[in-house]
Amino acid sequence: MILLGNLALWLAFLIGLWGGITGFVGGAQGRPDLQQSARHASFALFGALLVAVISLELAIFRHDFSLEYVAAYTSRNLPTFYLWSALYAGQKGSLLFWATVLSLFACLAQVMTGRRHRMYLPYVAAVTCLVATFFISVMVFAANPFERLNFVPLDGRGMNPQLQNPGMVFHPPMLYLGYISITIPFAFAIAALLSKKLDAEWLVAVRKWTLVSWLFLSIGLLIGMWWAYVELGWGGYWAWDPVENAALLPWLVMTAFLHSVMIQEKRGMLKKWNLALIIGAWLLSIFGTFITRSGVIASVHSFTQSNVGYFFLAFLVLAAVSSFTLYATRLPLLEAEARLESMVSREASFLFNNLLLIGIAFSVLWGTLFPILSEAIRGTKITVGPPFFNQVNVPLGLSLLALTGIGPLIAWRRASVPNLRRQFAVPATTAVFVVLIFLVAGMRDFGALMALTIGGFVFATVIQEFARGARARHRQYGEPTALAVVQLLARNRRRYGGYIVHVAMAMLFIAFAGMSFKTETEATLKPGESATLRSADGHVYTFTHLGISQYNALNRQVTAALVEVHRDGKAVGRLRTEKRQHVDALGRPTFEPSTEVGIQSGLRVDLYVVLAGLVNGTEQAVFRFTINPLVWWVWFGGFVLVIGGLIVLWPGGGAVAIKGVPAARTQAGYTVKLEPAGR
Amino acid sequence: MKAGTKFALGAVLIVGSVGYLMASGIKQTGQYFLTPSELAQRVSTDQSFYDLGMKVGARVVPGTVERETATQTLRFRITDGTASYPVVFHGLPPDTFTDSVEVVVEGRLQKDGIIHATGVLAKCGSRYEAVPKA
Repeated sequence: MILLGNLALWLAFLIGLWGGITGFVGGAQGRPDLQQSARHASFALFGALLVAVISLELAIFRHDFSLEYVAAYTSRNLPTFYLWSALYAGQKGSLLFWATVLSLFACLAQVMTGRRHRMYLPYVAAVTCLVATFFISVMVFAANPFERLNFVPLDGRGMNPQLQNPGMVFHPPMLYLGYISITIPFAFAIAALLSKKLDAEWLVAVRKWTLVSWLFLSIGLLIGMWWAYVELGWGGYWAWDPVENAALLPWLVMTAFLHSVMIQEKRGMLKKWNLALIIGAWLLSIFGTFITRSGVIASVHSFTQSNVGYFFLAFLVLAAVSSFTLYATRLPLLEAEARLESMVSREASFLFNNLLLIGIAFSVLWGTLFPILSEAIRGTKITVGPPFFNQVNVPLGLSLLALTGIGPLIAWRRASVPNLRRQFAVPATTAVFVVLIFLVAGMRDFGALMALTIGGFVFATVIQEFARGARARHRQYGEPTALAVVQLLARNRRRYGGYIVHVAMAMLFIAFAGMSFKTETEATLKPGESATLRSADGHVYTFTHLGISQYNALNRQVTAALVEVHRDGKAVGRLRTEKRQHVDALGRPTFEPSTEVGIQSGLRVDLYVVLAGLVNGTEQAVFRFTINPLVWWVWFGGFVLVIGGLIVLWPGGGAVAIKGVPAARTQAGYTVKLEPAGR
Repeated sequence: MKAGTKFALGAVLIVGSVGYLMASGIKQTGQYFLTPSELAQRVSTDQSFYDLGMKVGARVVPGTVERETATQTLRFRITDGTASYPVVFHGLPPDTFTDSVEVVVEGRLQKDGIIHATGVLAKCGSRYEAVPKA
């Protein structure tokens, strides 16, 4: 099995090289035989890597501890569920996982691309093959998952307990899927540059792919936040850690792209910008991988320091230089077809949205790299933490949220004053009402007030858009309102799905603002004793320590504390928090004790209890009690965001051809009049 | 004024505010990240490094960790091989904090020669990988 895995890796390496060469040469010389060969190489590459993955999974399931990787990340008593995720629990396995998923995406790109965009495919095969080859070469030359130990341990070291959480089974793959699938739009961008077919066609080919990776990245980020919240026990979900930032960066750039792409489709502007965004998003994904795996920036997340980082740095530099050189040679072909006509236009609001998103991305990148930059320039390492990121990004984020509400209200090209008055009346009034209500209620936190006000504005904008669309359908076809709303969504998924994503963003911002009202206390309690804590919405919570129980579970010794909670004197439930000491099959402790948080989630507040430890082995226990407002809305907002994204992504339907307007342009989703759908 | 010019003004405004926010953010919240020997060197030449918020990255000296659960006090020494400082921290250290782990201590060095920490970050070998047993 191990031999087979090794062979498969080497074979994949050669196939990848072959695919790269034949794709580029075949594309450039227009030779169908080479083009066909590159296409087949994409499929063969996936086949070879799949064999390698199966070999590794078999070794994991058979507990073949002669394999260094299996011994390092699994043990005999690891639950089966986590044996699956052991594939990507360590550096080497995750590289294999990465390359395999990339090759799968490469196959899908070959198969699913329509006839109209066939001319890009040889180059796409070449780029995807070469990127996969890079990952394979890292494995083959520096971090081979099939490396043998020169002895066979009785049992493996086991998996880090923090990874033994359902969130950790899904979070890395989702994040990887997002990260990896950016390669496909990037490959199409390079293909468009190489083939000099730079009209809106390539955008149509990549838009859905970008949306796919945006969606996966969103899900990956959200599950990561959830995991940090329920597993790490520090009481929050986002810490501006370099690795989190690294995942956020491509997300921000892709969000910018998904907006600015509409301007190119509709008005033929921003061609250079869009290409740069896609190339930038992909480079940032490689940069993120580099940060995660090299340990150059101190982070809680990073993999063990290793020379793998140099591979990634070299690849990053090489890829950046070659893609931007190619880009520079094609600039003359990328002239805009139209000019900006007015500041008060949809185009302008999109441009500002893009600038803000890139500004946020830049500040996050700068803050993440600041220790390195300051050391290089001034000779001292200076770090910036969450206060920096919050100080910079709260105002920028709120401005962006405001544009989320404003943009859809402004017409394309040039908006007239009566039109603006008609569009803004309801949302602006709503915003004023919201701010007054919360001011009267006694809220004085500026950031939170702004988040609520702007959030209210965005909600009102979206509701108005839906209401107008539904009313128009009602008038035209006599559809009842509910049906009209459904039809509206079904007929123009891109536009109305996008609005749902906007609503989700408003929810998320309001939920983020809620965290500035969290309250916290620590207490040492004997059984029967209690601690009280006041929540931001004025309730008094009493936490009573009921007692400690200790017992053994499958692969751990558990110390559990039970806490009863009263709100304003009324019992609202019991929370359980644990310390877990994981053990191996022989009962020896592995890893340090880990904490299981007790959480009771509600629409208004989350109760969050952490058992910090026992005093000298007695039942007297140390707790941290936290009341986190509005956290539930982060998860719900995330859910809505994914639903919105899926609606946009759902195949078919969306593109409604209207007489005289090319389909690509109507797909941008902003046909002003609701015409019957070309029937 | 042409729309392009107006837009350029808006763009300058946005870029300017991003730049301003970043510059002021770094000025107000930036902290030195030092190793114990760098800290020792600086403090010997510049008294202002006492009672200054900073981060110190080092390794915990094995065997020096004292935990008092009742008062939630944690005492340990950190070193980079050359210089060494005692640290005192009130609060809950992360799960990954152990003897001999790499830590980032956030706090202030006081005149008593002790770093009074407000935060302790333990850098486990990896989030994904087991900490090798020493």
